[in-house]
Amino acid sequence: MNPPSFKSLLAGLASLRLTVFLLLLSILLIFAATLDQVHLGVWAVQAKYFHSFVVVTRLAGTPFSVPVFPGGYLLGGVLLANLIAAHFTRFRLAWKNCGIWLTHIGLILLLIGEGVSGLMQRDSQMRLDVGQTKHYAESFRDTELAVIDATNPAFDDVVAIPSVWVEEQAPIQHPLLPFTLRATAYYPNAMVRLRSTMTDAPAPVATLGDGAELAVQPAPVTYKPNENNWPTAIIEIRGTDGLIGTVLVSALLVSPETFTYQGRTWQVALRAKRDYFPVAITLQKFTHDVYPGTSIPKDFASTVRVRSDDGREDRQVRIYMNSPLRFAGRAFYQAGYDNNDRTSVLQVVRNPAWTVPYVACGMIALGLAVQFLIHLLGFARRRASAAVAQPNVS
Amino acid sequence: MKTKLPAIAAILALLGLAFTLWPEPKPRGFDLAAFGRLPVLADGRLKPMDSVARNTLLLLQGRQRVSTPDGHSLTPHEWLLTVLFQPGEADTYRMIRIDNADVLSLFNLAPADGDGGVRFAFVQLRPGLAELDRQAQLAEPVDAGERTAFQRAVEELREHLLLYDHLKFSLQAPDSPDFSVLLASAAQLPASRPIFETMDSFSVLRVVPPAPGTAEWRTAGRSLLASAALGLGVDPAVRQYTAMGRAWVAGDPVAFNAVVRDTTAGLNAAFAPVMRKCTLEALFNRAEPFYSSLILYVIAFLCAVVSWLKWPDVLGRTALGLMELAFVLTTVGIVARMWLEGRPPVTNLYSSALFIGWGAVGLCLILERLDRRAVAGAAGSLIGFSTLVIAHHLSLSGDTLEMMRAVLDSNFWLATHVVTVTIGYASTFLAGFLAIIYILRGVLTRSLDQATADSLARMVYGIVCFATFFSFVGTVLGGIWADQSWGRFWGWDPKENGALIIVVWNAVILHARWGGLVRQRGLMALAVFGNIVTAWSWFGTNMLGVGLHSYGFTSAAFYGLLTFVLVQVALIALALLPPGRWRSFRGAAI
Repeated sequence: MNPPSFKSLLAGLASLRLTVFLLLLSILLIFAATLDQVHLGVWAVQAKYFHSFVVVTRLAGTPFSVPVFPGGYLLGGVLLANLIAAHFTRFRLAWKNCGIWLTHIGLILLLIGEGVSGLMQRDSQMRLDVGQTKHYAESFRDTELAVIDATNPAFDDVVAIPSVWVEEQAPIQHPLLPFTLRATAYYPNAMVRLRSTMTDAPAPVATLGDGAELAVQPAPVTYKPNENNWPTAIIEIRGTDGLIGTVLVSALLVSPETFTYQGRTWQVALRAKRDYFPVAITLQKFTHDVYPGTSIPKDFASTVRVRSDDGREDRQVRIYMNSPLRFAGRAFYQAGYDNNDRTSVLQVVRNPAWTVPYVACGMIALGLAVQFLIHLLGFARRRASAAVAQPNVS
Repeated sequence: MKTKLPAIAAILALLGLAFTLWPEPKPRGFDLAAFGRLPVLADGRLKPMDSVARNTLLLLQGRQRVSTPDGHSLTPHEWLLTVLFQPGEADTYRMIRIDNADVLSLFNLAPADGDGGVRFAFVQLRPGLAELDRQAQLAEPVDAGERTAFQRAVEELREHLLLYDHLKFSLQAPDSPDFSVLLASAAQLPASRPIFETMDSFSVLRVVPPAPGTAEWRTAGRSLLASAALGLGVDPAVRQYTAMGRAWVAGDPVAFNAVVRDTTAGLNAAFAPVMRKCTLEALFNRAEPFYSSLILYVIAFLCAVVSWLKWPDVLGRTALGLMELAFVLTTVGIVARMWLEGRPPVTNLYSSALFIGWGAVGLCLILERLDRRAVAGAAGSLIGFSTLVIAHHLSLSGDTLEMMRAVLDSNFWLATHVVTVTIGYASTFLAGFLAIIYILRGVLTRSLDQATADSLARMVYGIVCFATFFSFVGTVLGGIWADQSWGRFWGWDPKENGALIIVVWNAVILHARWGGLVRQRGLMALAVFGNIVTAWSWFGTNMLGVGLHSYGFTSAAFYGLLTFVLVQVALIALALLPPGRWRSFRGAAI
């Protein structure tokens, strides 16, 4: 049997049956993802269903995961191939097709744009008390291991290590650090308690800093939108002459663990991953209005001062619902409040592809409008000629 | 005679409508309509007393009429006045609805103890209030989405009872001494401060207009506290309401009407725009234009269906005329709501139901002009009727002109995104309902001839194109709104996913048609499935109780949705019967 020719492969890839099949699969994927949000929350669902090539499910009662459905990247990719192949084989460039061309090119752009957004978009959060200034936002899901040389009181030297190294308990070595680190235990969510308050306290797990006073109680990972996971790890630190000690780090602990080594002061912390930007943002005022006699929020707004590090920008901005600040490649929007209205929470989104959907959707909308108008005009013309051919006798 | 039927129907309908605008009778001589127009600030907005009375009754018992223990029937105004000024009397009226049998047993009550088996009086419930509180406290720590039907019923009943109880503190305290005596001398006021404080903290109605130079409407309690603290006289508004209460309790309509007239004249002079809105809203409440439209849609639907079998021309024209009248009426109702609210037409689930019906009927009127077979007319009047029934059920959960939460407070996006996406819903439903007509007529009757079938197929195809465009543009505008306000174009939120599924489903229909994968019968089956997809997006996603759009949680609607889905599945199964089993065009390939 001859292998299928490139042409027949292309024709198969371009088929309308495949289009309909893929669209149906997409509907199923979106529907399943919507239902699963009740249990997993929106972020885990996005990772599982849309930002993936296959959806995998763990078999109940076993550690094995099996692929059960194509994921968003796979379906989107094949749809893209189907669409492009269709334009190479079936569609000819003609005025009567211009609406379809416009729609489909817009769609290609939209699919690519969503793919890029899925890979590049970074969401983080900025909690500001009134009067506070920050240069960074913090991720609400990702953590990093920060190792800080705090010897000079004037500045810190920070080495930030992605938390995946900690999770995989891999040895960490960095040219700026005179020692190596390695996690000996990692908990995606855990409570940290003072050993002195516990009746049956376990043996200390850390030798350096305050960790010797603390005990770790692992907790199940939560997906609820209003609850946090508190990743916790035990880190072993080794110098050239052997073990320096172990520290307990947790996103729950506010201050880093401190120790000295070879005459320098070091700090270690597992903290929310930071996104630093070349702008200082100061919260000057936060207001939160409700409708009189109710608790229905009417408006909440943060007045901030924005100063860029290069000194070219120094202005006051009001960020409120439906009116974000776009600056330094990021969008800052009013997300919430805390602390009896003394703390404002801003969501910070960095997405280099944010303009793509605007262009793509504009093209699709125009294409659909043109194509359907062509249909409608054709229908009206046929109707008119039919009316001439069969004059109404009544 | 037969040919005059459309004209006769139109005249009868207009007479009926004129009757809804007829001034209300004055029971025992009390000008209650004038009382109903008085403005009050409640739920964050200024509204007439009339709306307070009707909305509270709808919320508490699902209907506006109240029966007294001796078998009389009270209007909402009479009921409200009794609650405000004779609370002991009002406590004996059976007007608190309890459907859940387990909740009822908390009070040692049986359905037989209630009016119609479901409505109970406050005095009947009083002995069990402590137990209700305890159950509510047990339910409170459970996540809203995970509560049992019993826990939800407990929470709901507790909220309703609090609302009812707090209403009694609006103008006087239930067990306070005679207010007209109490307020007669300024020297007595300071001693009554605890009463006023209770009134201020409980009251849900702010009846005292702002003093000159201020903007805040106050509760009677707050105003009296200020009078007591500053040694000022009692605010005229408080005096007037106290006088109204005295006249009401004494059964003196002349005094009552005189005070209401004075109060209205004073407010007309100082707050003319507020009074204009309250007057219109009270008129709107009384005329119930959506209820009249609902009846007209039913008659139009019946006329259209019968016209397929008998008198096609006369009944078809009657149906079209009645549908046009109902459409005008719903348009007037929607415009009136927009003016009252100062908002675009769709602001919540209730108004989306109104607007979906309005949009679908509008499209049907155009289709019917193009092709007079009373097919689009039947589909349109059926959707018009169904959406108004849905709207009625949604209105039972409280004020339908509620204030917008901050995140939704953008008239520009409400006018563009919400309106467009709602037109997308309306047209997807319309395609589905036209397909239902095709299937039912084709399978069950011999009346579906080839020309009508082709005409229906053209309509469904055209409407699917229309629906694709509007649902796509609406969804995209939603994405742009999300990008503007939340910093991301697309977040895979349940409501967004629901809208996306509608767009993709419409695309599936079009591609299946273009690719020749389906013919007329298949097209109809796909279009009916569009009803399920749209109903899921409209209601199902809200039932999940997650995401940024979960603003209209309607657990009671779950079984309604389920029934709807099952009916659609049955219709699709009918459509899939082989053509030989259809009564129309036997054996022809369709």
